[in-house]
Amino acid sequence: MFRIAVASGKGGTGKTFVATNIFQALMQNNQQTLLADCDAEAPNAAIFFNTVQDTISEVTQLVPVINTSKCTFCGKCHEYCNYNAIFIIPPAGIIKVIGDLCHGCGACLAACNYDAILEKPESLGQVAKLSLDGSHYIIESRMNIGVMSPVKVIKAALNEIDHQQGIAIIDAPPGTSCPFIQTVSGADYTILVTEPTPFGLSDLKQSVETLRIIKKPFGIIINRHGQGNNDVREFLLKGNIPLLLEIPYKREIAVAYSVGKPVAEADSFFAEQLLQVVKDILANHGNSSNKR
Amino acid sequence: MEIAVISGKGGTGKSSLSAAFASISGETVLADCDVDAANLYLLFSPTCEEEEVYIAGHKAVIDIEICTKCGLCVNYCRFDAIKAGNEKVEISEISCDGCFLCSRICPFEAIKMIPNDRSRMYSGSFRYGKIVYGRLAPGEENSGKLVSMVRAKASALAEKKNIKNIILDGPPGIGCPVISTITGASIVVIVTEPTISGLSDLKRAADTVIKFNLTAEVIINKNDLNPSVTREIKEWCRSSGIRVAGMLPFDHKMVQAMVNGKTITEYEPEGEISSEIRKIWTNILKT
Repeated sequence: MFRIAVASGKGGTGKTFVATNIFQALMQNNQQTLLADCDAEAPNAAIFFNTVQDTISEVTQLVPVINTSKCTFCGKCHEYCNYNAIFIIPPAGIIKVIGDLCHGCGACLAACNYDAILEKPESLGQVAKLSLDGSHYIIESRMNIGVMSPVKVIKAALNEIDHQQGIAIIDAPPGTSCPFIQTVSGADYTILVTEPTPFGLSDLKQSVETLRIIKKPFGIIINRHGQGNNDVREFLLKGNIPLLLEIPYKREIAVAYSVGKPVAEADSFFAEQLLQVVKDILANHGNSSNKR
Repeated sequence: MEIAVISGKGGTGKSSLSAAFASISGETVLADCDVDAANLYLLFSPTCEEEEVYIAGHKAVIDIEICTKCGLCVNYCRFDAIKAGNEKVEISEISCDGCFLCSRICPFEAIKMIPNDRSRMYSGSFRYGKIVYGRLAPGEENSGKLVSMVRAKASALAEKKNIKNIILDGPPGIGCPVISTITGASIVVIVTEPTISGLSDLKRAADTVIKFNLTAEVIINKNDLNPSVTREIKEWCRSSGIRVAGMLPFDHKMVQAMVNGKTITEYEPEGEISSEIRKIWTNILKT
């Protein structure tokens, strides 16, 4: 499976818009494809399609449970825990696990010499397989409200697409920190969606720097072209960064998006443009089995 | 008082509105808590008075000269970060969570923990008071902790300069950095837009605010983009007991203001949007 991540540093530049429309264009063109929504904090891609839930699996993390009758309050687990998730007052005989801070690393379990720590799974979120028509699927990651990090849920979604065929379009989370890196590091190519504004450019620079550090190939789509200024184009030119496509700024597109319609369904010109973008990516970055 | 501005969905106008609020609220401490993608400094070109290093966790590094390839660390690591190859044991910097466990259990002390020290926090002055912003180095993590550091600095500055209002411009999403932004804030303003994804993310953001026992207020930006979704948002807010503090039209001038390095209230002080923003700000402060 060839994996194309669609990402952006700045939120709201049109990541989901681009990802859902590429997916739509590939389906219309009868290509084998699936869409993975890895924006587990705010998963939205499935809203744009009629889907039926096929399967759903819980993503969990192991959280320690301390057996106070065996605990000697030696404090070694507290010392081993790098996330301050174990609170202990030995003289008072108090020891507590702060579940929200726990990363499930198992260090406390390794630390305890008295067999006083057990672990229980706690839910972090779900990965659902949503069927469009029986032959196309959306893999959706969804983090529970109040959970700190979506990374484990994202990883679980990426594992789901491991053994599939065709082209996977991955809707990535915004930003440039762990959730973003986890997603793009599992991709063969990353499309960065930006907008021609000062905020868009500043965040684009940060995403580009991150992708260069982790040595992943990428190209840019400028969304809402015609708005703002020309600085993004100049930045791309100077840095020799491929510009894959410019999507014009049109109020009709914003309205279609607002009601949850993939524009590529009715706009065959736009669909063709997106197919060409994918074709070019595969020609330059796909291995022999992905090239068509 | 601390006013946090968040959105769930990105690109709804959080930062543009935070900046506008800062420019009409008298003397302010403005804290840019979107440490992944800090943008407010672009509008305000602040003078930087202080720079502090932020240690964004640690990464495990293995010394292959000492390593005997016993494989103990591979079995212990819960983040699938350590792989035993034929030649050597390798630790993936991307997957390592910095938990220290491998370095503690290695019988040969072949693993060292190296601090991630490329992230920074800056603070200084801008035309309406003090500004604090974080810059998470590409790939470094624990953004929630950096947000806490930014907020602590903002509070200290507010106290020192006797400034009443702190405006916190939050990141998108609902995870750790958002929770750090809203915890303990006086009011959480959620900026949404009338798109079905905007509404879906608004619900998740509002649930997060409620889970942490905080008060949410909603601003519907670009409200004329889709009147029927705007109605739906208003109804949802009413049934959830969340006040709509105001609505703003979809207008090119928001982007033009940004391109010109100004807030909308500076760019077009007499315009319809600016007067609405002033009304909304008064509304928010009344709570």
